[in-house]
Amino acid sequence: MTATTTAPKDRSAARRGRTLMKWFATSTAAGPLVALLVAVTVFALTTDTFFTVDNGSLIVQQVLVVGTLAIGQTLIILTAGIDLANAAIMVLGTLVIARLAGESGMPPLAALIVGIVLCTALGGLSGVLVTRLALPPFIVTLGVLSVLTATSQLYASGQSFPVTSSLLTWLGEKSYLFGRIEVTVGMTVMILLTAGVWFALTQTSWGRNVYAVGDDEEAARLSGVNTKRVVLSVYLLAGFVYGIAAWQALGRIPNADPNAFQLGNLESITAVVIGGTSLFGGRGSIPGTILGALVVTVLANGLTQAGIDSLYQQVATGVLVIVAVAVDRLVRVRAT
Amino acid sequence: MSGKKVRTSAVVMVAAAACVVTSAACTSEKVGGDSSGNSGDQVAIGLVTKTNTNPYFVELREAALAQADRRGAKLIALAGKFDGDNQGQVDAINNLVAQNVKGILITPSSSKGVLGAIAAARAKGILVIALDTATDPADAVDATFATDNKAAGVAQGTYVRAALGKEEPNVLLLDGTPGSTVDDQRHTGFLEGMGLTENSPEIKGTAVTNGDQTKAQTAMENLLQRDPGVNAVYTINEPAAAGAAKALGAKAGSGDVVIGSIDGSCTGVRNVKEGRFAATVMQFPQKMARTGVDAVVEYADNGTEPSGFVDTGSQLITDDPVPGVPSKDTAWGLKNCWG
Repeated sequence: MTATTTAPKDRSAARRGRTLMKWFATSTAAGPLVALLVAVTVFALTTDTFFTVDNGSLIVQQVLVVGTLAIGQTLIILTAGIDLANAAIMVLGTLVIARLAGESGMPPLAALIVGIVLCTALGGLSGVLVTRLALPPFIVTLGVLSVLTATSQLYASGQSFPVTSSLLTWLGEKSYLFGRIEVTVGMTVMILLTAGVWFALTQTSWGRNVYAVGDDEEAARLSGVNTKRVVLSVYLLAGFVYGIAAWQALGRIPNADPNAFQLGNLESITAVVIGGTSLFGGRGSIPGTILGALVVTVLANGLTQAGIDSLYQQVATGVLVIVAVAVDRLVRVRAT
Repeated sequence: MSGKKVRTSAVVMVAAAACVVTSAACTSEKVGGDSSGNSGDQVAIGLVTKTNTNPYFVELREAALAQADRRGAKLIALAGKFDGDNQGQVDAINNLVAQNVKGILITPSSSKGVLGAIAAARAKGILVIALDTATDPADAVDATFATDNKAAGVAQGTYVRAALGKEEPNVLLLDGTPGSTVDDQRHTGFLEGMGLTENSPEIKGTAVTNGDQTKAQTAMENLLQRDPGVNAVYTINEPAAAGAAKALGAKAGSGDVVIGSIDGSCTGVRNVKEGRFAATVMQFPQKMARTGVDAVVEYADNGTEPSGFVDTGSQLITDDPVPGVPSKDTAWGLKNCWG
């Protein structure tokens, strides 16, 4: 179910080899890990500029926004749902934060909190519609996507809003580890968020309930899980994560633009699917999603440096998505 | 059981793809001018822009609405949902024909894709004028009122080449969208102004940005990893230039790298003023809209049909002028910018 397996006490190499094999056969993160290693190896061997410290740092910076969106998306897909509105929620969040802190003169911290609370509430809105009205998540979030895209355009009236506050752009602030490796505050936030959500999913009863609901909602309900409350909590947490994504987006580009991230929803779904999370719910992991997001970014970055037309980057990503879903289907068939 | 589940999910994925396409194909409507009472005699003019969110087309639409008001005409403004939304524009033209407009002003997203709908409109005696972007072939419409985008590209290229002085150019090209006529014209013009060709070794890389700041920044970062020695950048528009400047960081403002751009939005001119990029070539959407509305009103009054290509002009804006390249400073730019 999750990427964790306990290490055996036995020290014999054969046993260890078998454990590794077992991990590959059962872990959803193994596929994207292999894909990532293959991509990195190929680009390292074929270009002079890919396998460098600077480029490694750059790839991580480029993955932050979509990767954060994908963490929220993973939570929802684990419950056999899907969120088409995540990037639209984030974009509205960036606009609200930028306008409140800019022309309204609100203190940046207050604007940031309002933005994150708004994103959480909008995630919760989808959750309420999914749980209380029992509507399919696909339709609910499609509707929310449409409404929020228009709301952002109306709210921004064709303008974009630069932010200057050091708090709002803090996640993009750069510093140097060992005087050499460029790191941003956003990377630390991403690592903390990944660790936090991963811990909640794998080490708490809430997390077990999320997997249980996604695997078989009826069975979970019969065994005493308040499934509606679990699903609602997932949408609220995902909304909060989108709020953090809004902060990440302002750190990367200090300009809130209603036209930005129009394909962010599909990009996050791509990362989740390549990351080995099953669209049927109940199977997948946060580390897998991060690996999936890295695979997509590494492909774009590496193919650019290999001088290959950017349209082929989309071809490569599309092929990977289909392979990932096919693998998931094969695993399912073998399991039943 | 598992087979059925799989089929359901396949349907979901197809629907996901379809929703992206269809939600984008919708058009939206905004009507201006005097709509009270005697709409029977009032000249109705249709306007179809590429989008109704891009400030450039917002400015064009507002100028057209104001001019229609002044001339006592009714303007029906429609738009595609995104840049490149040909189906949305075709639908919009069909709607306008059904509403018996006298003339249609269109900024075509696809110079070829929209030809059938335009021919059908003209067959009904409707005057069709292309604004901002020419159709292909250009005589598919009665007339074209636009920036000479090739000339604007040449101005950008000539300036960037001159600003480099004796340095050998190492150029990155941040293109818009493949297949877009305007994008091709600007790109070709830039290379001509630089004295380069498509295969010149001085070109270190190209990327598709769709004119989007986020994409331009990511593309620029990746291209810079490959070629840190870049000293000149072509950009399709000002958001792409802003993305390039952010990727270059301190290098952009120091004069080590000359970034050129095209558009003339107020944000873009401010970026030139603050030194984020060296120069931008301003276009005049208000002028396109005003002359377009005037032309349809005159056609309705006395049957005068405009024809051919009417250049609405462009102007290089920079605070670092170079000899031999005519330019205006950012103070002038801020007075005449759009958006």
